[in-house]
Amino acid sequence: MGPISLLTTMPEWVNLLIAFLIGTGFGFALEQAGFSSSRKLAGMFYGYDTTVLKVFFTAAIVALVGSQFLSYFGYLNLQLVYVNPYYVWAALVGGVIMGAGFIMGGFCPGTGISALSIGKIDALFFLVGGLTGAFLFAETYPFIQNLANSHYKGPVRIDEWMNLSPGMFTLILILIAVFLFWIAEKAEKKFKRPEISNEI
Amino acid sequence: MNPYLAGIMLGLVLLSAMFFSGRGLGASGGLKYAVVATVEAIHPQHVRESQYYSKYFENGEHPLTNWLALEVLGMFLGGFLSGAFSGRLTFKIEKSPKISNSKRLLFAFLGGVFFVYGAQLARGCTSGAALSGMAVLSVAGFLTMIYIFGSAFLFSWFFRKLWI
Repeated sequence: MGPISLLTTMPEWVNLLIAFLIGTGFGFALEQAGFSSSRKLAGMFYGYDTTVLKVFFTAAIVALVGSQFLSYFGYLNLQLVYVNPYYVWAALVGGVIMGAGFIMGGFCPGTGISALSIGKIDALFFLVGGLTGAFLFAETYPFIQNLANSHYKGPVRIDEWMNLSPGMFTLILILIAVFLFWIAEKAEKKFKRPEISNEI
Repeated sequence: MNPYLAGIMLGLVLLSAMFFSGRGLGASGGLKYAVVATVEAIHPQHVRESQYYSKYFENGEHPLTNWLALEVLGMFLGGFLSGAFSGRLTFKIEKSPKISNSKRLLFAFLGGVFFVYGAQLARGCTSGAALSGMAVLSVAGFLTMIYIFGSAFLFSWFFRKLWI
């Protein structure tokens, strides 16, 4: 029964080896998705390439449905899986800053790592910027810790918040995703641009 | 690779992180740990006196031997293997033909500063907060996803010359 590392005793090095292997799979999947290309990623925001939306929602739904099935058949205790805490203002302000960084740099941290691993120099600059951003955050923390910690709501779950069962919410999310995929396919036709795959 | 197929693969990786380790994926956290470890190596006194840095060394812990740091290290190997597999390993600056290399690199750097600063504030980036958060139905995950993509759409007009 999972989560394995929480329910069995294992040496720390095994836990870290698992982390390394999962990271290897993560890096492989991101690169295969085409996320090592900033122009492909930025296409999301101009409509000419919506790979981001398709990969992102498909992945979230696979993990969501898979974990609920594992839980239903008794293979995974979902109570023990980490649920992100909700800080009202930190999520909003942080999210808006991240979006600005996304459109300037063309990467998010994970896709930047993916691009650097195949040799993209612009991704190296993005990640050096990322390290600088993490350093700036650490040094400015005393000034923004009130914002970072205000309006803490705990690890709230959206199905409980909307008073739905997890299965019902998942079904609604799948319907929303299918609708978004349909829009995405339309957008790619409407905002089609000259083939750039030989440039990326 | 077909994006829906790549999404299934990514979803299965995320599911295995939940099953084996009881947590989701992450990326910006790995960068934070690299910074914390570097600052400690250069200026240990600053780390001891800082409320922010010192918490990463409590109970004999070290920021480079934790789950997320090793996961991010693995990402480089996985990306490299995928690039080798698909014949995409080359050193290059990818950019729109309409802008100069230095402009691309400057905005890539600035984008990195903004993104990871925001990710520290929001306690996770597209991977750790948005994707992993959505997979465990967390409100924070769904909202962070909407905020990141919404904000990028809003700002996209100002930066259109970089891309189209």
